[in-house]
Parts: sequence; structure tokens; C-alpha cells
Amino acid sequence: MRARVTVMLKDGVLDPQGEAIRHALGALGFEGVEGVRQGKVIELDLADGTPEGAVDAMCRRLLANTVIESYRIEVA
Amino acid sequence: MKAAVVTFPGSNCDRDMRVAFAAAGAEVVQVWHKDDALPAGTDVVGVPGGFSYGDYLRCGAIAANAPVMGAVRAHAGRGGMVLGICNGFQVLCEAGLLPGALVRNAGIAFVCRRVALDVTGDGPFLAGYARGTRIELPVAHHDGNYVADDETLRALDGEGRVAFRYGEAVNGSLGGIAGITSANGRVLGMMPHPERAVDTVHGGAEGLPIFRAAAVALARA
Repeated sequence: MRARVTVMLKDGVLDPQGEAIRHALGALGFEGVEGVRQGKVIELDLADGTPEGAVDAMCRRLLANTVIESYRIEVA
Repeated sequence: MKAAVVTFPGSNCDRDMRVAFAAAGAEVVQVWHKDDALPAGTDVVGVPGGFSYGDYLRCGAIAANAPVMGAVRAHAGRGGMVLGICNGFQVLCEAGLLPGALVRNAGIAFVCRRVALDVTGDGPFLAGYARGTRIELPVAHHDGNYVADDETLRALDGEGRVAFRYGEAVNGSLGGIAGITSANGRVLGMMPHPERAVDTVHGGAEGLPIFRAAAVALARA
């Protein structure tokens, strides 16, 4: 089984990298990009039967810093 | 004073930190990240600057879970002194020994210069400065922008736990926070590098009082 964890900075935490991307898109002539947030995707190959709760624990312990980041888990 | 300075893969200020503690009269021992205990008699732990584990995942995130950090946590739990500088500050936040987190500088660029700092806190690491003193120390970081929720910021403010504030715009840190202490004042994390300012040949020795104050506090204990 595979889990995909998406980690994003929480709303309200300044994302200067996202801002830089927004500026760069504007410089390329793309109009109407009002905001960009950059995050990361972590894909986990897991032994079959790994409980989703274990992935949640991995997120809280290591994969995300919940002071500044939110995370979303998709299991496939 | 016996100072244990931790080295992680990617630490690059550990030697400077050992020199700074030695300049304050400490017996200094080097501790490897895989050690699961601190040397007997360790009074103060130094968590140095650098790029532990290549800054993979988040700055300090992997180091915060290294075997040695269990021993550092236990040391802090016993009221032991811990000093985290730059990446060391990031490690202490990730380890939960200090509140909040350090994110990418607001201006995106790596900042490497001497900056003005105001001493705004109390505690055993800061006893060598009069509160309100302005000093100058080098900074060298990409992720020094301190963030915490409002409740944490109020607590840090109200309890005199903001050790240093920038005296100029540096990285977008909330409230200009450059360093904070734990509730008992015995854990200090700071982005600027006092260990790079402990001798006049460094262009200033305004970082030395931190190491000396630790020695004084420990001599009294």
C-alpha cells in the first residue's frame, strides 16, 4: 500500500517561496495569479495492513511540524 | 563547568562552540549524535549551528530525533543548562524544548552579516548583560524567521523569555525575536552566533558573556 502525505504551511504563516513563485509567474506574463502556496509531498511505501493511524502518528512525530504546518494523508 | 557540545552530521559550528566554552573556562567534551548518554558530570549542553542532516525535511527535524537528543531532553528536564545556536535553536524548537518554530527568512535570501541585538530577557545565560543593552553579533541563516501562536508570544513576552530582539530588520521574525529561553531560563535558543564573537580578533567579543554567565551560574549551583 502507498500513502501520500501533503504538508503545507498553515494559513497565516508567511510563505516567501510561494510569493517568489507568484512574482515569477507574473514576470512571465501569467495574469491573475493571486496567491501561491508551496508545500511538499511525501510518498510512503507501506506494508499491507499498516493502519492509517500509524501514518497519522508519523506525520505528528516527524513529517510535519504542526506548529507551522498542516498535513493531509491519502492512502491508496 | 563541564560543557558537552553535540556534533550531528552537517554541524559546522561545533568546533567554534567548543572554543567559546573553553574561553569561558569550561572543560569541553565532544558528543556524537549517536551517543545515547551525555558524559558524566555534564553541566551544560551546546547544540551548535550548521546544517544537521543536510536540513532535510525541515531544519533541525531529523537532528531533534537523534539518539543523543533523548539524553539532552533528560538533562533539560533535570534543570540542566542547554544552549542552542542557529541550527541548534532550530533543533531545540523541533525537539519541543523551546516553543515555536523557525521558518524561511521573509526576504528569502540567506542573511550573513553582523546585526544589532537588544538584550530583552533574563536568566542564567544572560546575567552577563544588563537588560536593554544593545550588542552586535553575526547572523548566518536561511531559516531564522521565528513564528509562534499568539498565546506563546504573550507568554514569552510576559515572562521575560525573549532573550534577544533584532535591532534592525533581519528575517521577518515575529516581534523581531532573535532568541528565547525556556520557562526556567536554563535553555537558550538563538539565531545569532555568540561563538563567532568571543575574541577581539573576531571583530568583537560581545558573545563571550553568554558562555561566561553559564560558567558563573554553574559555579554558584
